[in-house]
Amino acid sequence: MAKKLLLDKAHVEGIRHYDVYRREGGYRSVEKALKMQPADIVEEVKKSGLRGRGGAGFPTGMKWSFLAKPEGVARYLVCNADESEPGTFKDRYLMEFIPHLLIEGMIVSSFALGSNTSYIYIRGEYDWITDILEEAIAEAKQNGWLGKNIQGSGFDCEMYVQRGAGAYICGEETALIESLEGKRGNPRIKPPFPAIKGLYDCPTVVNNVETLAAIVPIMNEGAEAYAAIGVGKSTGTKLISACGNINKPGIYEIDMTISVEEFIYSDEYCGGIPNGKKLKACIPGGSSVPILPANLLLTTAKGEKRLMNYESLSDGGFATGSMMGSGGFIVLDEDQCVVRHTYTLARFYRHESCGQCSPCREGTGWMEKILLNIEQGKGQMSDIDLLWDIQRKIEGNTICPLGDAAAWPVAAAIRHFRDEFEWHVLNPEKCLKENFGLRHYADPIHVPA
Amino acid sequence: MAEEVKKETPAAFKVTIDNITIDVAPGTTILNAARSIGGDVAPPAMCYYSKLEGSGGKCRTCLVEVAAGSTADPRPMPKLVASCRTTVMDGMIVKNITSEKVTDARNGVVEFLLINHPLDCPICDQAGECHLQDLGYEHGKEGTRYQFARRTFKREDIGPYIQLHMTRCILCYRCTYVADQITNKRVHGIVDRGDHAAISTYISRAVDNDFSGNMIDVCPVGALTDRTFRFKNRVWFTKPVDAHRDCENPECCGKATLWLRGEEVFRVTARKDQWGEVQSFDGKPGWICNTCRFDKKETKDWTIEGQTLVARHSVIGANKYKKLEMPAETIKEVMNGRDPKLMMNIHNVSEVNNPNIQLSEIEGPAHSEDFNRSAEHVAGEGESTQWGMKK
Repeated sequence: MAKKLLLDKAHVEGIRHYDVYRREGGYRSVEKALKMQPADIVEEVKKSGLRGRGGAGFPTGMKWSFLAKPEGVARYLVCNADESEPGTFKDRYLMEFIPHLLIEGMIVSSFALGSNTSYIYIRGEYDWITDILEEAIAEAKQNGWLGKNIQGSGFDCEMYVQRGAGAYICGEETALIESLEGKRGNPRIKPPFPAIKGLYDCPTVVNNVETLAAIVPIMNEGAEAYAAIGVGKSTGTKLISACGNINKPGIYEIDMTISVEEFIYSDEYCGGIPNGKKLKACIPGGSSVPILPANLLLTTAKGEKRLMNYESLSDGGFATGSMMGSGGFIVLDEDQCVVRHTYTLARFYRHESCGQCSPCREGTGWMEKILLNIEQGKGQMSDIDLLWDIQRKIEGNTICPLGDAAAWPVAAAIRHFRDEFEWHVLNPEKCLKENFGLRHYADPIHVPA
Repeated sequence: MAEEVKKETPAAFKVTIDNITIDVAPGTTILNAARSIGGDVAPPAMCYYSKLEGSGGKCRTCLVEVAAGSTADPRPMPKLVASCRTTVMDGMIVKNITSEKVTDARNGVVEFLLINHPLDCPICDQAGECHLQDLGYEHGKEGTRYQFARRTFKREDIGPYIQLHMTRCILCYRCTYVADQITNKRVHGIVDRGDHAAISTYISRAVDNDFSGNMIDVCPVGALTDRTFRFKNRVWFTKPVDAHRDCENPECCGKATLWLRGEEVFRVTARKDQWGEVQSFDGKPGWICNTCRFDKKETKDWTIEGQTLVARHSVIGANKYKKLEMPAETIKEVMNGRDPKLMMNIHNVSEVNNPNIQLSEIEGPAHSEDFNRSAEHVAGEGESTQWGMKK
């Protein structure tokens, strides 16, 4: 089993509480960091090659170095815990079982960025985790890791938890900032980027929960050791939340060297597809990233084995690849209907669009209606081309990435499963009763009965 | 992010929009730079309003392609950008109507804006001065590909003067900026999200502020209409005249446009410029108060200055008013020096219609000699433009 950096202590009895966490070696990274220069910590994070775990995979160290540092202006660190992407539930696990890890990572990051006030913006539905985090923050404060003059270093750091109100869009960093300021959670128009003008018009860094937690092992083990794990530009470990038609759904911490095939079929991870079914398709990185049929999922277009890392999953671009995304690994077996599945996603994005810019507001609803028609056998052939045209006109033309996120699943479904859409149109009676099945994109791997 | 590095900034930035290079002050947006060129080069804007801080970026009709970011960093921008919120850089090359990507995206945006719009122009008070109507004419398609029921809302009277017809709204947010920036308190806003987002007031609150009427002026569509004018007349049957009065309200500009029919004042609006925005006087936007707008509906309340020169909204100005301002003709520069000609320019093929012959100066009926004689005379006098009009 690969080395675990984030979750190795997650199941120690009582790790939620400070005493146990400290006994298990917690807060060592803060001790180490407080003796360093903030700029050196940023340099260390850069060297580690850590990439944002929220979905975009932008190098964290680089993001930190963009932070403007004008004199006399406060800087903020905001933790994006508004984990709402369908299929993604890694942050919830991390915060629920080992909340001090996030707090520790945030203290180090706050010190590195010079942020005296840090916020955790948590998804509104995670109300019990809010309590867990608040308790952990209170414990950390009692023990002198938060508040004024942390551990006698002269650095002040306050931390607050803010609950969202149930909007997916507030996971977009500028919408999150708006919401945190108490406004309607509409994404801002960039530039200016949050690193220049973010929360309360001050320079702000917004990072995902897992990204901030990963700062702890980087500080403890050193950037070189962290960068040695993984392959290429995908360094360190990644939490994957696997769900769908697999024997063992759950959270897995992987180093990014294993293949997708191993991840799905080995007993160490997902444990294969239940009931002797075959793999049909998979969304490897949360609902926003393109869906891939089994043959393209397991091997790239070049015929190489696809690995579970940033580069390999996006190999071939959107034509034959997908994205690492947030690590929400959704597996579909042969009984699943791709049209229905795409419709479900379209419904989600229509409901979650903020309504600020026209292509996303109007386009998402239109796509949902067309997909419902096709799913119910009322569609026409021209609808498929129309869908393609709509998604093309949404993608890239919106204020925030939600437009892209709504367009990509539809585009990928049509790109790879067009025959299934056509079958729905041609067999309006059948499509309500039976399934399209596997056809040519079947799982090429033989599965013993 | 590279532009955040502080550098010596030149006094003026050179920016090329559709092959036309101009100098603009640093900090100018692409849209405003394009507007200073004028004509077709200026992208349409449904949500941006130069007098309202923070507006723009939402409707996406003003998307343009940036083919080169700046002289220092000539890489193109990967996505189309909203020209109303993107500032120019020195040496930036922008493509608006010369970019197929832009035309395609803009057609898409117009289609999106129209799929849930009721298209009830024949009974809409905004018709004739509606920006969405103009946009639809310019960039829309004749048919619709939308085959579902359109989204509808109930009509709502928000306050004593304004009716909200949410079905027509395109969520440009302009009226919320007016309420924030011009009135003393905003009591309305956007509720809900996505395609069911709607404008509404706080529960049992009415929009009742001295300057709330300006919300009607900034609304690009017929979502906010003047209750004192609803269904009274079509705008093109009324005659706009510039007028002013000494308003007691110090914040009120007092300069307005009266829309008359005979002696009767049908409605009063702020004065608009060629972009459909409220005109500025002495650097201040000419917002008018509700007293001027809704209560002073007699010509004796006003000092009439003369006819309003309607520039952009040709429907209102058609045939009636002396000055139908032609936008700057940019086609030759846009097309890189190529000057497309009409298939058949009547002035070239016919001697009869020579624009330089003043028929009124000919005594009695005109004969062919009159035209022949004048043709020689005209040839020496200078060229006519491609439209056959003398410059």
